[in-house]
Amino acid sequence: MSSVANSTQWCGQSVERVEDAALLTGRGRFIDDLGVKPGTLHAAILRSPHAHARLAAIRTDAARALPGVAAVLTGADIRTLSSSLVVGVKAPVECWPIATDRVRYVGEPVAVVVAASRYVAEDALDLIDIDYEPLPAIVDPVAALDPAAPVLHDGLGANLASERAFRYGDPEQAFAAAAHRIAVTIRYPRNSCTPMETYGLVAEYDAAEDAYDVLANFMGPFSLHAVMARALKVPGNRFRLRTPPDSGGSFGVKQGVFPYIVLIGVAARVTGRPVKWIEDRLEHLAASVSATNRVTTLEAAVDADGRVRALAWDQLEDVGAHIRAPEPATLYRMHGNLTGAYDIHHVSVRNRVVLTNKMPTGLNRGFGGPQVYYALERLMQRIAVELELDPVDVIRRNLIPSGRFPYRTATGALLDSGDYVKAFDIALKDGAFASLRERQAKARAEGRLYGIGLTAAVEPSVSNMGYITTALTPQERRKAGPKNGAQATATVSLDPLGGVTVNVASVPQGQGHRTVLAQIVADDLGLMPADIRVVTDFDSGRDAWSIASGNYSSRFAAAVGGAAKLASGRIKARLARMAAAQLNVGVDEIEFAAGKVRARGNPDNALPFTRLAATSHWSPGLVPVENQALRETAFWSPPELTAPTEGDEINSSLCHGFIFDFCGVEIDRVTGAARIDTYVTMHDCGTILHPGMVAGQVTGGFAHAVGAALYEEFAYGDDGSFLTGTFADYLVPTAMEIPAPLILHLETPSPFTPLGAKGVGEGNCMSTPVCLANAVADALDLDAIDLPLTPAKLAGHIHGAERAPPQRPAAARTGKGRALHGVGEARVDAPPETVWRMLLDPGTLAAIIPGAHGVAKVSDTHFRADVTLGVGPVTGRYKADIRLSDLDAPRAVTLIGVVTGALGDARGAGRITLTADAGGTRVTYDYDAEIGGKVASIGGRLLDGAAKVVIRQFFAALVRHTGGAKPGFLARLFGRGA
Amino acid sequence: MPRLSAAERHTVRFTLNGRAVEAQAEPRMLLTDFLRHELGATGTHVGCEHGVCGACTVEIDGVPARSCLTLAVQADGATIRTVEGLAPEPGRLSVLQEAFRRHHALQCGFCTAGILMSLDSYLRSQPDPSEQDLREFLGGHICRCTGYVPIMAAAMDAAKRLRESPSDV
Repeated sequence: MSSVANSTQWCGQSVERVEDAALLTGRGRFIDDLGVKPGTLHAAILRSPHAHARLAAIRTDAARALPGVAAVLTGADIRTLSSSLVVGVKAPVECWPIATDRVRYVGEPVAVVVAASRYVAEDALDLIDIDYEPLPAIVDPVAALDPAAPVLHDGLGANLASERAFRYGDPEQAFAAAAHRIAVTIRYPRNSCTPMETYGLVAEYDAAEDAYDVLANFMGPFSLHAVMARALKVPGNRFRLRTPPDSGGSFGVKQGVFPYIVLIGVAARVTGRPVKWIEDRLEHLAASVSATNRVTTLEAAVDADGRVRALAWDQLEDVGAHIRAPEPATLYRMHGNLTGAYDIHHVSVRNRVVLTNKMPTGLNRGFGGPQVYYALERLMQRIAVELELDPVDVIRRNLIPSGRFPYRTATGALLDSGDYVKAFDIALKDGAFASLRERQAKARAEGRLYGIGLTAAVEPSVSNMGYITTALTPQERRKAGPKNGAQATATVSLDPLGGVTVNVASVPQGQGHRTVLAQIVADDLGLMPADIRVVTDFDSGRDAWSIASGNYSSRFAAAVGGAAKLASGRIKARLARMAAAQLNVGVDEIEFAAGKVRARGNPDNALPFTRLAATSHWSPGLVPVENQALRETAFWSPPELTAPTEGDEINSSLCHGFIFDFCGVEIDRVTGAARIDTYVTMHDCGTILHPGMVAGQVTGGFAHAVGAALYEEFAYGDDGSFLTGTFADYLVPTAMEIPAPLILHLETPSPFTPLGAKGVGEGNCMSTPVCLANAVADALDLDAIDLPLTPAKLAGHIHGAERAPPQRPAAARTGKGRALHGVGEARVDAPPETVWRMLLDPGTLAAIIPGAHGVAKVSDTHFRADVTLGVGPVTGRYKADIRLSDLDAPRAVTLIGVVTGALGDARGAGRITLTADAGGTRVTYDYDAEIGGKVASIGGRLLDGAAKVVIRQFFAALVRHTGGAKPGFLARLFGRGA
Repeated sequence: MPRLSAAERHTVRFTLNGRAVEAQAEPRMLLTDFLRHELGATGTHVGCEHGVCGACTVEIDGVPARSCLTLAVQADGATIRTVEGLAPEPGRLSVLQEAFRRHHALQCGFCTAGILMSLDSYLRSQPDPSEQDLREFLGGHICRCTGYVPIMAAAMDAAKRLRESPSDV
């Protein structure tokens, strides 16, 4: 052991990370890098192409018959062997990890194939035959509240899943007395931080012990362990959950692997074999978790000088198709912080949670912060603009004054420490705000579009596990029992050679926890970081953990680091007593330094640390029991994290960092592209343990925020079709788009955490989107602007709405899909009776329908077909379901068809008329169709053209089948199709 | 080009980081799956499987390529380098890898293998890139952790060190 430390303080230094050597040489141990047991099966998941449809029938026989397939599971199987996931609101609604009676979003699992390899499993997915009965979809959260809107969950009777109203102080009086009332309404879009590694897990079921063992790149919170165990119908001690040593990013998102743990767990139980599932990127984008989209109206009661006296929040939260745990946490995570960094005493809140036909939501970096600060900081800018004040003055005037910390906010948060005004002033000076103003004036004088944005924000960290119960009424909370706190854990052990090992349940995904914990414990025990071995792969069957364990709400530095310090301190106290006895000095004279435990002031009176640390293994008889040092586990839950009060005040987080950002953004007058010219971000995250990692958290969060602000959106069509299903559609910024922000710091240690540290990982995701939007609004002089700030949107503001293209009636959108209409005729060289028979014969139809793989006759008037169709560049396989009606043999028939495929769907009706014509038959047709799904986003002319081609091919084949056409026929084949 | 049967597994042989390797693959098997699950070279990662994110970048016959868009059978007879082949010797990192560690240019490390492979190749052909050129080149990769700032710093630093002592790797 190289215990040759001097008195160096390791915390506060940017030491090289212990994690990096393996990661840089391709020796990381991510979930898909680990071997599996022989005989492990592989799962693939069939997902819904519809946003909303009833599952009429699922036929899995062909898939089961494929060699290599071990099992095919559907919702019915999952219902038999598991329970619904617990839902976080009091409502008669279930949440399953797979569709049971109907699908409610594009990408929802419908069936799971378990096979010898992933390739075979995916082959089998193609053989599963499903009858969907499409239902109207609801996408917009406001429209979802309409009593006439389609209802997603019958048990609720409506799409409103939760509604609560709150009142703090006397907001009515404050509004009545206010000089001004200023309001904003914002629609925050959907996005996700999309970690580079997707979800993955290996599940095993031990029938002898009725126990599950799952290895998954889950990130916590481990309150979800209880949700999963209950869903799997086993006690918590029969659900062992482990994590791999490395995890490829999460940003909250890997919380969302938990429904799949239940789903694949059941698959392992059914097959009696370990089952592995690795999510692919397309699955991840469509159906992992999204941040919530939210519609917020925020109004302020304002004095003439811009001082805000009261806020009235109205938040409509869209959690997608299910209220999946821990939702509606996104809405309540910020509840204590609804007044931001400002000294505002009167607040009213109306919170509503609504369900729509979109991907369910969950944790995502910033978690509720971006939505809140977008409204609050847009409002602060509007106050400045409407009252013709300098936004700098408006923010400064409203900041919580210096010397008022800890500060209790109106809604219940206890802001631990800070000096917001000081940090604000330092940022303006060190960030050269005055020269930014000059830069703007110069740009504007040259006729360029240049805006400045500002944002102040409080960044909460270390969530109170009780905040979510603010969604319940005080009465409901009394009944359920109070929830509060946030247990952090750490274990420090000494091995027989005197080595130090730290185990934590922090489940990192790249945040360097092993390095920082080694620094913390090395400082405490007077060792080198390299002397400390830190283990962060987690095992619920062996490690100390609690419901708050995991890597979220930026809790590591403050909570887990603190718990490690406490555990180390306990070991140290025992070692110190042991050393005092051996060195014949008082305990308070013992110091730990340079790999020695020694008498302060007499360094020669010393013991090697390793020797002392090994003593309790080798010679316990020589050491009084109370001094023996082997292993210490610290559980730490800060007393400040109390349950919501009867008045609904909630200290939703333990620590509160402060952020003040400003930026200069220039917008290209022609293209509308926004370019970040300058970005300054001031952080007070308490004591900094590792400056390099703090910088990494800031630049990483900033990049996520720039993506969310300028490029990224999970876009849905009006019919619920998912339009951003690849990384070519969901635009994640690259090095080209991310400038380097200027990062400034002020350190005011938190008095509530053992190390004085606070979280820092999420702040820019909260502050930066609205800071950029404020700059864009300033540049373009806009009252209202929503994200993302795409060039097309900004160009629309600069140039006005784009002119409609001339004369494209077929491309006009009617209803929710894209409408197509056409008429035409063809002549066939056979009498109507022959043509009639051919049109009703599955064998003939299979031969003449373009791209048909087979036509099945369900009844005389009902056919099913599988077809491959190409529209423009997009070729896909579709299922056609065609019913005949109004039969008038051999003269006319009406076809009503539904075509569905992964790329979209179409439904329509056509009337075919056969008329005898000089020995042959004139066939005329007339159709109306509506196209939905991804394919509908393809240009109307392409769709029209594709429809014409398909119809032309159909009749050409019909003609061929009857023995050819007369000369010139092709010219007349397609008449007046529009 | 040999005719391959879709129903059969074929022997694929190539040189991987200086060693001859071989294993069986169906014609449809991706090079990523072949490297990772047949050969056990799990350093190359799969981030999107549609060619956008760059995590799976390897060097095939001296040229960086997306191994998720390459079939294993296409690599038959090729010379392939992956992240496992970058370090000059066990226990020592390359100049580029060292620079990444020094600048904290990785967090989760999942995208890193692809970025290292691209940069290793680029800095050999462009020893003195401008920051803008380097930025454009890096534009072929997605990293979600770092915000790219430390990656740019590490790459510029590595370029400088390699210029100063060209014999280093």
